[in-house]
Amino acid sequence: MEYNKFPDSKGHFGEFGGRYVSETLMPAIIELNEAYQKISVNPDFKIELNYLLKHYVGRPTPLFHAKRLSEHVKGASIYLKREDLAHTGAHKINNTVGQALLAKWMGKKKLIAETGAGQHGVATATVAALFGMECKVFMGKEDVKRQSPNVLRMKLLGAEVIPVDSGTCTLKDAMNEAMRYWVSAVRDTFYVIGSVAGPHPYPMIVRDFQKIIGIETKEQILKIAGKLPDILIACVGGGSNAMGLFYPFLEDNVKLIGVEAAGLGIDTGKHAATLSAGTIGVLHGSKSYVLQDENGQIKEAHSISAGLDYPGVGPEHSLLKESGRAKYVSATDSEALSAFKMLCQLEGIIPALESAHAIAVGIKKAKDIEKDKIIIINLSGRGDKDLGIVENIYN
Amino acid sequence: MNRIEKTFENLKIKGEKALVGFVSAGDPDIYESFKLIAAMCEAGLDILELGVPFSDPTADGPVIQRSSLRALKNGINLKGVIELTKKIREKTSIPIILFSYYNPILSYSPKAFYYDAVSAGADGVLVVDLPPEESDEMTSLFSGNELSVIRLIAPTTPKDRISKITASGSGFLYLVSKTGVTGSYGINTLEISQKIDEIRNFTKLPICVGFGISTDNDVKEVSRIADGVVIGSAFEKLIEENLNNIDLASIIKDKVSKYKLATKIIA
Ligand SMILES: Cc1ncc(COP(=O)(O)O)c(C=O)c1O
Repeated sequence: MEYNKFPDSKGHFGEFGGRYVSETLMPAIIELNEAYQKISVNPDFKIELNYLLKHYVGRPTPLFHAKRLSEHVKGASIYLKREDLAHTGAHKINNTVGQALLAKWMGKKKLIAETGAGQHGVATATVAALFGMECKVFMGKEDVKRQSPNVLRMKLLGAEVIPVDSGTCTLKDAMNEAMRYWVSAVRDTFYVIGSVAGPHPYPMIVRDFQKIIGIETKEQILKIAGKLPDILIACVGGGSNAMGLFYPFLEDNVKLIGVEAAGLGIDTGKHAATLSAGTIGVLHGSKSYVLQDENGQIKEAHSISAGLDYPGVGPEHSLLKESGRAKYVSATDSEALSAFKMLCQLEGIIPALESAHAIAVGIKKAKDIEKDKIIIINLSGRGDKDLGIVENIYN
Repeated sequence: MNRIEKTFENLKIKGEKALVGFVSAGDPDIYESFKLIAAMCEAGLDILELGVPFSDPTADGPVIQRSSLRALKNGINLKGVIELTKKIREKTSIPIILFSYYNPILSYSPKAFYYDAVSAGADGVLVVDLPPEESDEMTSLFSGNELSVIRLIAPTTPKDRISKITASGSGFLYLVSKTGVTGSYGINTLEISQKIDEIRNFTKLPICVGFGISTDNDVKEVSRIADGVVIGSAFEKLIEENLNNIDLASIIKDKVSKYKLATKIIA
């Protein structure tokens, strides 16, 4: 299979993806796709985007050899792709800069977004301020509580944060509410989706804006080590940081591992391991793996990390799973917390709890393979936003 | 002629428009839901849209979200909706349209859904989040054409899509009166009538208008320009306000009679 040929013109990644939305939104996503096809190849657009990525986001982000961590686990060399050093502290900004610029080129001046951890909300509020656009961010009431520093950030950046108290009051419900709002304001509002989820063309657009992570990583490791890495590891919520890292390596002989949140353990039912423990369904506009009951009702996800607490996953990951190109495993809340601590103390880096899931699995893998192998872990974000949660646990 | 065609034919003869009523199946519970629907049929409802509750109804406003949750809490699932359809079918000969999001049908299996829905006496299906572009995967598993596939047209739908949609629809067309979720009130009759004229260029299917219709006057105005009027949130709101009222069925019945009267405008 040629993995980098997806999606097809209708937005399908094999049997996954597509456009499962109400008719009111269909014209908007068709228009978005047409605009994206035209604008994204325009040399002036590319120049503007690259300028912002370099001078505003701070790209390229470093690829850092985590020597003490590697020595500690007595295994393969571990490298960290430092997305935590991007402006606003996570990979999310790569995508929001791209989408907001696209919105600007399309003549739309109002942005809306959903957010879980608040990182995507902050990244959207940030670019809205940069471009002088109006911004509304939908956030589950539960997450407003868990991620309060990010709520304050968004407000400071001039965005309106709309707490969502329907359903489970987390990311899935924030996305429901953003879609509802978009239906009513579709004519002048651009919906900035924060992960490789949603109806076509979003999974493609978000991947394309995030693939800069993998492109840089490839260049950097070839320069540092003179060879490709053996394993790439990234956490998977909706799957954007993972897709961004994996995509440029799909046709290479490199193992890809996505790490989902196992919450309290997959067998407890309290987890967010959609690819590992879910079944195929349709949620938020695309067909993919979802956590659902036997009647097709979406189940509540659970994770200590708000950014992974989502019962769906991007359709391209479902394809990579089905085809066997990528492997999906999981890490529990407590495994993520120990990895979190380890990275703080061994490398002086406080990772986001989302990223700590990838670290947890990276450490295990590094132990299992030879010392001359290279593992690259996507450090998708910094952990300042999570200090409150971690404090509560340590107390 | 199937039940849907017959209904519109008869209404035409009588000089009336169709009153299409939406309720979430199993709201507030399965037993009450049946009683309410029976009362609505007695009061002159022309077409029933029976909502299949879904945990994540992204096209619905708060009123129908809450009604879906009430119904789900009280144990409804698609199998239960089909059983309810069968019971209603024993009471009435009006068309029954199953109104769903795609995931419950996908999970049930479209093939089994077709068979069971038709056997239970359903006449059509409307899947809110399944546009014509994705629809084949469901309809190709239908083993006949005894279920009309009702299509939505939105205010945002451009001309070239309207023809595509009308070509793939059957039974009647559902024109969404405004951009927004269900339960957002207020209608713009001029806009609606322009859209209807546009659609009529492409199809002879009856056109029913829904979203935002709540007052008798709304019904009267829309009845002048469309073939039918769909009311959903207004019924669900009444149900919600009278959850513990033993007279709920007769309150709903009254409401249906009033709306029905407003569809008989052709003097
Ligand atoms: C730091 C960080 N990593 C990962 C994620 C998960 O999203 P995705 O799987 O789309 O990368 C989030 C989401 O909020 C995040 O903030």
